[in-house]
Formats: sequence, C-alpha cells, structure tokens
Amino acid sequence: MCQQTVCLLQAAIERAGIGTVSISLLREVTSVIKPPRALFVPFPMGYPLGEPNNAPLQHRIIAAALGLLERDDVPVLDEFIR
Amino acid sequence: MSIRYGLQELMIAGGDLEWSKNRVKSHPDFTGSLFIREMATYDDLSLHVRLFMKSYPFSRYTITPTPCARLARPLDESRVALVTTAGLRSVDQSDFDRSDKRGDPSFREIPNTIDTRLLVESHRSYSFDHEAVRSDVNLAFPLDRFRELESQGAIGALNHRHFSFMGSIVGPRRLIDETAPQVARMLADDRVDAVFLTPV
Repeated sequence: MCQQTVCLLQAAIERAGIGTVSISLLREVTSVIKPPRALFVPFPMGYPLGEPNNAPLQHRIIAAALGLLERDDVPVLDEFIR
Repeated sequence: MSIRYGLQELMIAGGDLEWSKNRVKSHPDFTGSLFIREMATYDDLSLHVRLFMKSYPFSRYTITPTPCARLARPLDESRVALVTTAGLRSVDQSDFDRSDKRGDPSFREIPNTIDTRLLVESHRSYSFDHEAVRSDVNLAFPLDRFRELESQGAIGALNHRHFSFMGSIVGPRRLIDETAPQVARMLADDRVDAVFLTPV
C-alpha cells in the first residue's frame, strides 16, 4: 500500500504545481495508478534505494530519478538498470 | 482453502512473510551485510499478500488526467523537498496510529536540520524487512544523500522541512481529500520546485 500512497501524494503535489518524481518498488501498482514520473527499481520492498549504507548506489538511483524531472511526456515509468 | 479475507486481515496476514530477510540470509552471496538482487514483483510476495494485491481495486485510484508541472528552473537552482511513506518520525513526535483499519493518513513534518540517525521507523506493515531501513534510514528517506547533492551544487537548496507518512493506507479517502492536498499546499507555500518521493 506504500506504493499507492506515494502515487496519491505525488498526484496531489504535482497538481499544486510542483514537479515530482517517485521511486517504484511495485511496477504492477505504479503502472495502474500512473503517477506523473516514476523510476522502477529492481529491489525488494523495504529497499527503495537499493542497499543500506551504500551511498554510491543510492546516488545513482537518485540521479536516475531526478533525471526524469525533465520529462513532460507524462505519465513516465522508467526502469533503473543496475 | 478459504480465501474469504477482509482487506485488513490480508494486510495482517502478510505477517508471516519475513521473506526478504530470510531470502537475504539464505543468499549464497550473503556475507553479513545486506545483499539484495531480486526484483520486487507480486511473485516475490507471500500468497496472502499476493491475494490482497490482486484483489485490491488499485484501478479505482488511477490518476487521470495526469498532472504535469514542469520545473520552473534548472535543478541546480531548485528548492527540493523529500516525502517518504516509511512511517518515519522524530523521537519527540507522536507515533502513527497502527490500529486504524483504513490506515493512518496523518503526516509528520521532518525538519531539514534533523540528525537522520535520530529518526524512528514505526511502519506497521509486515510486508518488508524493517532492519534494512533501520540500519540506514537513507534507504527510504535519503536526506543525507540530498545534503551531499546540495553541497555539490547539484540541487539549489533543500527545503526547511520534509514530510513523512505511514504508507499502509488501505482506505485512502482522507489522504486524497485532506492530508495529501494539505501537504501539497505547505510545499507550495514553501516555494518548493521539486519533490522526491520514496515508498518503503
């Protein structure tokens, strides 16, 4: 349900005129709810930024997600390739 | 076998999971630090949680039309805020209501100056491994990473506050009608340009 909550929050914030991007751990949920921009990551629930105490990996995921903020062909659901 | 579960029972039935932790520990490459490679898909979840996910009417909450706010300025000039649904709060804030069957739609304001090691994770879901995020809160609320981006000049500035929800909201009506728009207004009042959201 975390995934749905993220999507719904994202929609409210984007409607307020603020650009948003989210991490998706469940493609099945994100692809149905369709938030404006999401980056699907190949990690289990509980690990949205990959691994604990692995700052380089966390930075790569964040950079990939922030890159989606440029996109206006919404909804965008991209995939992080490890 | 009976599959006459209510939604909340199914959420709680996920409690037999312990799945990711066990998978990590049984992984041949596990060396003591957490090591994860597998995708999170419905197939990875327990039968109970899969049944719930398959039966839950996610399509009821499809966002249409898709809102689209373009960045008003480049990211390195933008004010950025984080939103997490990992159920984080500071020690002096009240806990989320884990007994609310529909899910607690309230939020906690996290000051940008907080020491991330002092954040408490009290998410009620049994469907993920809590140890990982407790060992590094940046996994689901990457404030230290964004501080690094700010000091490198990759983002303009971090907002003075961020927001935390507890994501297991099965009945999201109050979230949709009240607390999500409330947080959106607060972020707009703060003149935030971009928001990065993480589930757990």
